[in-house]
Amino acid sequence: MISLAYRDVSNSFGRYLLTGIGLGLLIGVTLTMAGVFRGMVDDGKALLRYADADIWVVQQNTLGPFAEPSSLPDDIYRGILAINGIRRATNVAYLTLEVSYGNHSVRVMLEGIDAQQNLMHLTAGRPVMQSHYELVADERSGFKLGDRIPIHRHDYEVVGLTRGMRSPSGDPILFLPLKDAQEIQFLKDNDAVFRDRAQLEANPKLNPTGNPALLNAVEQSLFSNHRVNTVLVQLMPGANPRRVADDIEKWLRLTAYPKDEMEEILIGQLIATASKQIGLFLVILTIVSAAIVALTIYSMTQTKLKEIAVLKLIGTRNGLISRMILLEAIGLGLIGFLTGKLAVTYWAPLFPKHIVLLMDDTLRALLITMIICILASFAGIRAALRIPPGSAIGG
Amino acid sequence: MKTINHRLLYLIIIVVILIGIITLIAMKGPLAPTTVQITQLKQSDLKPALFGVGTVEAQRSYTIGPVRTGKLQQLLVDHGDKVIAGQFLGQMDPVDLKDRLQSAQLNIEKNEHLVEASQARLDEAKSRYIQAKHEDKRYRDLIKKKQVSRELAEAKATDAIAAFEQVRAAEANLEGARHDLQRTKYDLKAIQAQLDDLQLISPATGIVTAREAEPGSLIVSGTTVLRIIDTTTLWIRVRVEQRDSAAITTGLPAKIYLRSQQDKALSGKVARIELIADNLTEERWVDVAFTQIPEGIAIGTLANVTLYLPVVKQAKWLPAAALQHHERKTGVWLVRDNKAHFVVVKTGTRTLDGKIQILSGVTADDIVVSYTSKPLIEGQRLKVK
Repeated sequence: MISLAYRDVSNSFGRYLLTGIGLGLLIGVTLTMAGVFRGMVDDGKALLRYADADIWVVQQNTLGPFAEPSSLPDDIYRGILAINGIRRATNVAYLTLEVSYGNHSVRVMLEGIDAQQNLMHLTAGRPVMQSHYELVADERSGFKLGDRIPIHRHDYEVVGLTRGMRSPSGDPILFLPLKDAQEIQFLKDNDAVFRDRAQLEANPKLNPTGNPALLNAVEQSLFSNHRVNTVLVQLMPGANPRRVADDIEKWLRLTAYPKDEMEEILIGQLIATASKQIGLFLVILTIVSAAIVALTIYSMTQTKLKEIAVLKLIGTRNGLISRMILLEAIGLGLIGFLTGKLAVTYWAPLFPKHIVLLMDDTLRALLITMIICILASFAGIRAALRIPPGSAIGG
Repeated sequence: MKTINHRLLYLIIIVVILIGIITLIAMKGPLAPTTVQITQLKQSDLKPALFGVGTVEAQRSYTIGPVRTGKLQQLLVDHGDKVIAGQFLGQMDPVDLKDRLQSAQLNIEKNEHLVEASQARLDEAKSRYIQAKHEDKRYRDLIKKKQVSRELAEAKATDAIAAFEQVRAAEANLEGARHDLQRTKYDLKAIQAQLDDLQLISPATGIVTAREAEPGSLIVSGTTVLRIIDTTTLWIRVRVEQRDSAAITTGLPAKIYLRSQQDKALSGKVARIELIADNLTEERWVDVAFTQIPEGIAIGTLANVTLYLPVVKQAKWLPAAALQHHERKTGVWLVRDNKAHFVVVKTGTRTLDGKIQILSGVTADDIVVSYTSKPLIEGQRLKVK
């Protein structure tokens, strides 16, 4: 059996391949957009995943700590531990800021947490062992082991690197001891401290003659921070998260979200508009890509109409001609898809934000590409079959 | 023949490309095995340590101020001056105290005169009494000889008794005057003591760290005028986590980095472990004394202090990065047949440079995952780097 498709393609293989690659790049962009969308959702979930908490306890009536500010006293965890069904309660402080090191400035989220209760996978170095001034950085921050990062008043040494630790907004996370994070969160610059002190000293109610100790006490309470943003709670096996969360809300007058509600807040509220925007863009991009693929294949057939007429004239069966067009379309789709997939795999890590390439998405894209190619080839086949053989010798 | 060759060539090229793409997807995609770095159980001496931050403080510091409200008259020392125990540092304004002292002095003198007058009156009363007694005796003799009337003799006897009572009165008077003298002397002493109390005297040898008022200012009783510290007692009050603080004992060696000289390690040792801990911050206070107190060090300087706990001999340990949580258990990932397998371990002491003592769960033959590019799951295919 003669493979017309093969002969036709080998006749002008270069052009065919280039068309395929061109389509591939377009498919690659679509796949990337899907990856960006998945990445946004994954960023929202990443924090939940590695926080490994069953319940998030935040300030009463807030959607904290990411969607809204939340502040809790740091000794409230003892009260939480007293509630039935709770295995562990960990104080955590979150804080997003811009950190500079050398000429390099990066937006990061600081997570203050007890290092011994927060074991995570590392790609280099070691976890935080000292009670102060050490941190573990996500690789995306660009910091290296041994870097001493100045944050406010102290230098923090990067002792470990990890991967895939991102805030819901995609910033790399730096993990450091809770007390340091509390200090960074609260610490004013020296001039502000100086001004505040002067104001306190000038206030006769806070600095009465005959009671110099009062001023010290006021300053001490004013210039220290014993607040955290959330308490992560792990439950005993078999405990019901909703019931324990209700207990916390009822007895401690706080707000507690079981994990799935927290996910709903992060995905449904925090990144809702952004992800919808990307999602809509993705849909449009898919439609545009489909249209371009279809038009390319259709016009490819159109340019061959004369040759097809000749084929018809020499008595080639319609089936053979249809198969040629179909196979060529499928081949184009495959080349395009593979190029696109390859391109995405290589350029995805270059993006500043996290891009997730799911197997499901890839297979879905393959399926859509094939369907579009087949549909487009039908249009081509229809045009080819309608051409009268006589047109081969006509004008 | 030529077509077949071409055909074969194209086929080979396409197959090679396909194989390449599939391997690439398998290596980089989700099907790829996770790359891990490995380590093994090691055995050596572990040097655990605790890290804390503290501030330089003086173990002995003194605040000097007046006991009574008043005006500061003079202040002889300033910030940075060295003082010795007992040194006169300054004085409060005595206002009327000196005049009152003068008055008391005069009062004493007056009372001395009064004592003298009382003494004279007593002497006079005594001589009158002696005379009256003699007369009484003579009249009694005369009455026996019946030379005087009985009335006269009785009158003389009464005179004698009256003279005796006058002696007693004069004696009491004298005693009263003496007490008055005594009292005024005490008054004088009290005023003198008050005057002395207005002086600001250094209670110890040391250095003046603050001069908080200037002469002429009104100072309420109890307000600090000068602060003095004993520079030989400078140490660092360090906050350490309560969690591991049970192992701290006095005498433990310490390494100190002062914020003022961040690159210079100073040595010291634990001098005191304070018995009251901070229940809010969950820290406790440990006082670390310098082996040699550095020159020119400022009170309140921030210090990073590392306390070295006793060495754990020949402990089996793993890098701390190997320790992971999996299904809420603490353990390590082993590589068995290129697959991940989680085992729970029991840990002991930990060092600041990232070693964790392993008490049980891992043997020396086990291959332990130290670093991994993503979280592992049980049975996952691993590729050792």
